[in-house]
Amino acid sequence: MTAPVNKINVENLSAYFGKTEVLRSISAGIPAKSVTAIIGPSGCGKSTLLRCLNRMHELAPGARVEGSIHMDGHDIQGREVDPVHLRRLVGMVFQRPNPFPTMSIFDNVSAGLRLNGIRGDHRTMVVQCLRQAALWDEVKDRLRAPAISLSGGQQQRLCIARALAVEPEVLLMDEPTSALDPIATAKVEDLIHELKSKYTIVIVTHNMQQAARVSDQTAFLYMGELVEVGATEQIFTNPRESRTEDYVTGKFG
Amino acid sequence: MAKSHIDKTYDAELTALREQLLEMGGLVEAAIAASVKAIIERDAVLAEQVVRKDQTVNRMEVDIDGACRRLLALRQPAASDLRFITTALKIVTDLERMGDLAVNIARRAVDLAQAPPLRPVHDLGRLAALSEAALRKALDAFVTADPVKAEEVLEADDHLDALYLKVFNELLTTMMEDPRTIRRATSLMFSAKHLERFGDHATNLAEMVIFMVRGTDVRHAKSRA
Repeated sequence: MTAPVNKINVENLSAYFGKTEVLRSISAGIPAKSVTAIIGPSGCGKSTLLRCLNRMHELAPGARVEGSIHMDGHDIQGREVDPVHLRRLVGMVFQRPNPFPTMSIFDNVSAGLRLNGIRGDHRTMVVQCLRQAALWDEVKDRLRAPAISLSGGQQQRLCIARALAVEPEVLLMDEPTSALDPIATAKVEDLIHELKSKYTIVIVTHNMQQAARVSDQTAFLYMGELVEVGATEQIFTNPRESRTEDYVTGKFG
Repeated sequence: MAKSHIDKTYDAELTALREQLLEMGGLVEAAIAASVKAIIERDAVLAEQVVRKDQTVNRMEVDIDGACRRLLALRQPAASDLRFITTALKIVTDLERMGDLAVNIARRAVDLAQAPPLRPVHDLGRLAALSEAALRKALDAFVTADPVKAEEVLEADDHLDALYLKVFNELLTTMMEDPRTIRRATSLMFSAKHLERFGDHATNLAEMVIFMVRGTDVRHAKSRA
């Protein structure tokens, strides 16, 4: 049996805001078509790490990166790489659902297609993505309704559908259910489970139990340092590092 | 394991669980000692006390199971806490069985006290001492989270089994030499068997302690290999 292939390999990644080092020489692999969770206390750098994976970190003033990130063997920071194109391949879903407020449900999903100049009938793709996002049944009769008429949980699934429309290979999720109620959260978690057969998913969460429920692999960050990364079951039953043990058992953080 | 949980109530709940387990262990230790004493000293009154006190052991099993379930439901324990609580669930079962074994021996003691004494049962006393020591050491290992001490319990079990076989064979010889001793010798044989089982349960506890501390499951090592 061959070992799972990594979709993304991070090597000695350090990230800075001006002079402040927020990620310290992180090295880790993100296995393909599985869910990797990043956990850690507030300010540990988990969102920063996520934003390095689609080169959003560098958009902040004074931000820079050292080290390398390879996806399918290609350096995503290479000169020839178009960051906009990268952000199609590596989609992102944020903590607060952020559908385009002036657009309908349909137009939200097709927005990415239109912005990327993809012509033709978008309906097939929109329907497919709404189905993939487990939202189709709830919106099929009102595709022209404003996106903001949906509930929070539905809006978040709409944002996921929107990200899926441009056919990404990786989905980055930054605390995607923090703003949602338990049932909406469960629907999104169920969705993540279905999506991982097609996409590589990286999820940042401050909810350890969520990481335990949805992920195959968990990385624990503390003060910019990668303390431990491993199979989720191992992290939550018998972690190697005492700092990980102390964090998951609620002794600090 | 010096760090305590940020949530002090949680910390207190875990401490209370540990103390309850130790209390139950202490009761079982006392029960086995008393039951064997009742045989050796032909004390039916002491034997009856052992039988009565087992109710407390049984009640503690129910209470501790409930406490573990509550912790699982409300605290979603992880890592060492999870291993501790799932270990506690299993320890409680072993301890309750050990309590039952003491009761079984106590019942033999009542029978034996009513019949003429059989030859001296020093070896039974030694077997009892080894079994009690195994439990005490396993409980010590649990309290101090000491896997090395737990391993010593596992190693000592062969010695206990060998002594049981010696007692068994001696009683067999006694029965063959004089059939009038059969009823009493059989009672003693059962008691010896109960003590050997008691020792086995102590090794179960020791294996649980090793799992709890190291996170590796060493049970059935010989038959799993």
